[in-house]
Amino acid sequence: MHELGVAASILDCVHAEAKRRPGSHISKVGIRLGEISGVDADSLQFGFECLVKETDLEPLVLEIEAVPRMQRCSQCSHEFRMTGYDPQCPQCGEFMTQCISGDQLDISYMEVDE
Amino acid sequence: MNRVEVEKKVLSENQLLAEHLRERYRESGVCCVNLISSPGSGKTLLLERTLERMAPTARVAVLTGDLQTENDAQRLARFGFPVKQIITGGTCHLDARMIGRHLEGWDVASLDLLIVENVGNLVCPSSYDLGEDCKIVLLSTTEGEDKPLKYPSIFAKAALMLLTKVDLLPYVPFRAELARENARRVHPQIEIIDVSSTTGEGLEQWMAWLERRQQAKKAGQAAATRS
Repeated sequence: MHELGVAASILDCVHAEAKRRPGSHISKVGIRLGEISGVDADSLQFGFECLVKETDLEPLVLEIEAVPRMQRCSQCSHEFRMTGYDPQCPQCGEFMTQCISGDQLDISYMEVDE
Repeated sequence: MNRVEVEKKVLSENQLLAEHLRERYRESGVCCVNLISSPGSGKTLLLERTLERMAPTARVAVLTGDLQTENDAQRLARFGFPVKQIITGGTCHLDARMIGRHLEGWDVASLDLLIVENVGNLVCPSSYDLGEDCKIVLLSTTEGEDKPLKYPSIFAKAALMLLTKVDLLPYVPFRAELARENARRVHPQIEIIDVSSTTGEGLEQWMAWLERRQQAKKAGQAAATRS
């Protein structure tokens, strides 16, 4: 629903980076998108393409790296990927495990043609 | 071609503003809670019941967000506490800039509790940090028990789930225990309180929860001042 706004925020960062590198073209921007970030990858990609189309940013590719949800066990500290909404620690069976990763919405890199 | 590592949050501008707000709240010992739910889960009615139960001397204020109309602010203003409507004009969530703008003219330091009622939406508000101490999610008994599984982001981030409209449980096919179980599957540490704004059930517990959060904030502020 808010993916267009998120896409616009990514483009703000691209513009800022382009400004710092006059004469170069940014051809790709890579982001890390967590499983529970609340942002849909397809909608984000679609919104991004719409905003880039027929602007001087073209051609600009958005690469989305999906980041899975990880939990840490409060008892044995085991870290595991949470699948199928099962928070239980696969090592010791503890239910009280803490989410340690999966809400990322980060820009990780840009590819610049100098 | 040159690859440049960036390491920046996509919503870094919002994040920065949210951190400023958090710092302001921390300095003044203000506890800020961010209420999030689907439209119609009972956020505004719960807030009416909440303000009604506050002592007249309570230092509480409310910011309430909607796409359009001042209706909610009008409903909440009659309890005599400061209330402001945030009209987003179509945006599906509140962001930190809107909060900062609407706090202008208010003496934040004179508050103990700032309640933010987000736009009715279970998805987008979960991505935007408003500088709050905690998010609170409402799930009503007229919705599905699987909402925590369908919209895990907000249930994973909320400190408290309020199960609202529990007075309707005898009349709806809602399985409350399953809803609680689903919420705990997404977030094992989530606290849960059952409430009914109609009968008043659970409201004492809810008020006590808010009070504890405020006390904890004050204690944290006092500790920070001493050190």
